[in-house]
Amino acid sequence: MTETPLIGSYPAGQGGAPLNGARIGVVTFPGTLDDRDAARAVRVSGATAVELWHGDSSLGGVDAVIIPGGFSYGDYLRAGAIARFAPLMAKIVDAANSDALLPVLGICNGFQILTEAHLLPGSMIKNDHLKFLCRDQVLRVENNATAWTNAYAAGQDITVPLKNQDGQYIADEKTLDALEAEGRVAFRYVGANPNGSRRDIAGISNAAGNVVGLMPHPEHAVEAGYGPGHTGTDGLGFFTSVLNTLLGGK
Amino acid sequence: MPRIVVDVMLKPEILDPQGKAIVGALPRLGFNAFSSVRQGKRFELTVEGDVTDEILAQAREAAETMLSNPVIEDVVNVEVVADQP
Repeated sequence: MTETPLIGSYPAGQGGAPLNGARIGVVTFPGTLDDRDAARAVRVSGATAVELWHGDSSLGGVDAVIIPGGFSYGDYLRAGAIARFAPLMAKIVDAANSDALLPVLGICNGFQILTEAHLLPGSMIKNDHLKFLCRDQVLRVENNATAWTNAYAAGQDITVPLKNQDGQYIADEKTLDALEAEGRVAFRYVGANPNGSRRDIAGISNAAGNVVGLMPHPEHAVEAGYGPGHTGTDGLGFFTSVLNTLLGGK
Repeated sequence: MPRIVVDVMLKPEILDPQGKAIVGALPRLGFNAFSSVRQGKRFELTVEGDVTDEILAQAREAAETMLSNPVIEDVVNVEVVADQP
């Protein structure tokens, strides 16, 4: 019988060789909800999670940044619209666009913040069925060459939780065509489209592949006992991917 | 104190669930003349003193960069509203 791990007793290094030297920053805004889970996912992958506060003026030398889910500033104005002007966001945008290509992952509200910050194109609007939706969601890995997806096989199906109300990805046709042509659609919904997202897009990357954003939540699927179906750990690949990227110096 | 009013609307092709809910509820009160409702946002920016061209330009820039998201919204109006007597 498999023992269910206790909360707080996480199996460090489960995803590969321990890499305690890698420091992954997790940003907290007022209204962020999933920062603890994201930090835990970082530790499960074998790296060190570094707490970053939105008002900080320095990234503290972290090797990568995760902008987690939640409702920063209560989604006031638009989801992510106020968070994107936080002092730390300017540092993140600069580092992501610099030659250093800081890996940045935006999950759910973090994805919304990355679009508002123009690190990723498009925007998210209300789900087409107008309801909050929470379910386990199958995604297809369309691009496994990004900083956050290289641990997956191209075309691999993974199951991670999805939970949002403003999850419908939209962009104009020209932008969508460009994303497809450049291989920047990182993830697509498999099966019924859960929210009306254009072209079933669940996540995208920037041109360099160091910035990835998606609406579903890989950080909630990294430990047996808590993930989809109580056993699913398909989300762990995001966090081991970035370690591959850092180790490879990509 | 004068105010600068900024009106922002979702682009016509973007789903407006609030407007849809409102247009569905209007007939229940006997308002049958309206086939569609679109709900927008009105911002009122209060200015201490006169609204100079520079301040108005600032308001327009704020409207385009923060108060609206050009991917999904249009700034449809920026105007100065004088002091209430």
